[in-house]
Amino acid sequence: MKILTANRLHDGEAVWFGTNGHWNEALAGAAIAVDDETVTALKRIGAEAFENNQVVDVELIDVELADGQILPKRLRERIRAAGPTNRNDLGKQARPAISRAA
Amino acid sequence: MYRYDEFDRSFVNARVAQFSDQVERRLAGEITEDQFKPLRLMNGVYLQLHAYMLRIAVPYGTLNGRQMRKLAHVARTYDKGYGHFTTRQNIQFNWPALSDIPAILEELASVEMHAIQTSGNCIRNVTADHFAGAAADEVADPRPYAEILRQWSSVHPEFSYLPRKFKIAVTGAGRDRAAIQVHDIGLHLKKDADGRLGFAVYVGGGQGRTPMIAKKIRDFLPEEDLLSYTTAIVRVYNLHGRRDNKFKARIKILVHETGTEELTKQIEAEFAALRDGELKLPDKDIRAIETYFAPPPLTPRPEGDDAVRLARLDSKDFADWLGQNVTTHKHADYAAVTISLKAIGEAPGDATDQQMEAVAALAEQYGFDEIRVSHEQNLVLPHVARADLKAVYDRLVETGLATANSNLISDIIACPGLDYCALANARSIPVAQEISRRFASLERQREIGELKLKISGCINACGHHHVGHIGILGVEKKGSELYQITLGGSGDETSSIGEIVGRGFAPDAITDAVETVVETYLGLRNDPSERFIDAYRRVGPAPFKEALYGREARAA
Ligand code: SF4
Repeated sequence: MKILTANRLHDGEAVWFGTNGHWNEALAGAAIAVDDETVTALKRIGAEAFENNQVVDVELIDVELADGQILPKRLRERIRAAGPTNRNDLGKQARPAISRAA
Repeated sequence: MYRYDEFDRSFVNARVAQFSDQVERRLAGEITEDQFKPLRLMNGVYLQLHAYMLRIAVPYGTLNGRQMRKLAHVARTYDKGYGHFTTRQNIQFNWPALSDIPAILEELASVEMHAIQTSGNCIRNVTADHFAGAAADEVADPRPYAEILRQWSSVHPEFSYLPRKFKIAVTGAGRDRAAIQVHDIGLHLKKDADGRLGFAVYVGGGQGRTPMIAKKIRDFLPEEDLLSYTTAIVRVYNLHGRRDNKFKARIKILVHETGTEELTKQIEAEFAALRDGELKLPDKDIRAIETYFAPPPLTPRPEGDDAVRLARLDSKDFADWLGQNVTTHKHADYAAVTISLKAIGEAPGDATDQQMEAVAALAEQYGFDEIRVSHEQNLVLPHVARADLKAVYDRLVETGLATANSNLISDIIACPGLDYCALANARSIPVAQEISRRFASLERQREIGELKLKISGCINACGHHHVGHIGILGVEKKGSELYQITLGGSGDETSSIGEIVGRGFAPDAITDAVETVVETYLGLRNDPSERFIDAYRRVGPAPFKEALYGREARAA
């Protein structure tokens, strides 16, 4: 299971490509690829967004579902999705409205 | 302190204009990321996990109140209210928008600061002893030479695309507080028998994947030959350093693979061809640069002795701070003050905008407007009258900057690690915080004595773990964080690389392991005057291995 993530070009904000067809500031609601076909589709979307100068550092990352929530497998990606673990007042975790948005 | 001349000013302004234009074109989609990335790196702009990061140069760690206030302003206006002081004596902001960076650079240029050459395969910010110009044990202030090197190396056409980054450190004292033996070039300023100034030259030190202690290739290089000799070294490196493998590209590998003797021969041959040319430093030029670093007017303040004696009797906290964070100055009425950025449980090296403002105000009121950033991620007021120490201390207490832990176990160096850094394998900051909380008692810390604990979140070793008396390296194993302990490293005039003590520890076990190491040391030291590093050098790793792994090894 994979989702597509990147950083937004103009401000560097970590973003995920969502089922709503947008690059969202929250991981929840990310479009999940489950087979070769959907992985290829996500890859293409990532490449295009990079070409269009919307985002940089595009990456497909491994995730799993835990209680219906998308959870990245690597700690690195979990930290990107939440913010620094030593500062709850920074990053997405400091903006609950964003981090919970679908 | 050095002031920009017309050339410096127009050079920095031109660079700001150039990079602003590049950012604008990137945002408009006129240049690609592949074209832009090397340009942004030349201007100190990285992309990290959560956002861009801007690294700003603090040449040889010296800045004034106005500059510190500007950093506070940048933190408040464009970032999230804090900055991170680094082991390269620089400052990093973790959250700037790319679109704001031109404005930030313009603001910085107005106080003679920039982010040039804080990244990329060029000669980086030259670092120096943070007590330079103040230390009682100093032969001469090393910063004029660091400034000469800065001017020479800034956008040096021959050395802008080296095989890899290149770091130079300078000290002017016998006690090496600049870790010169783990730099690409280390310079130890000293005097020869006739009283002339010159340098012992070390080459090929470094940390990272392949840590090495530098080799001394010259015992005395006259000061006028500084640039010719440095050019000779960097030229030989530029020609022969490996470009085929990033991990083997630093000069330490060239020194190692070529052999010190052969490489020295090549450097000396190059130097012989250069030494009487245009790079020879005229005495009047050196002295002219030196005037910028002339000591402030340290008027006699003999009332300091009584003031300190009384204040000490009055407050144990002040007495503790005095004992730990105040260093002897050249002038008996003055002292150098270390401002700890390692409050218990805080992220090492981080300072809020308010703390920066407070330090700026103290420097202006009590410190001849001078501030230093130390490679140990603290700040220093190098010249404070002893008579003013109590006033300075009281103000530091108000802003949470009076932690009396300089050189103790909670004075931890830690890199940003996986909480911020895109290259990290494991977190550093939470490990530092937990160890700091475990050893929070100042009484216990003082009982343990001098102990340098350093943490890196990956093998790049920005947290200098190789030269920590206790070093901690974060690695990723099967998707989890694991922490390796090294023991016996040191980054002073008796530099050594720490040795891995055994298998790593999980995040919830690393603090216990550190405590076991410390308790083992306390149990075996000859007496309290035998520091951890000295005890380790005497007994070796065996007792520590036994304490950490013995029981379970025997059970297995
Ligand atoms: S040591 Fe590694 S994790 Fe730490 S700042 Fe350097 S590159 Fe990042």
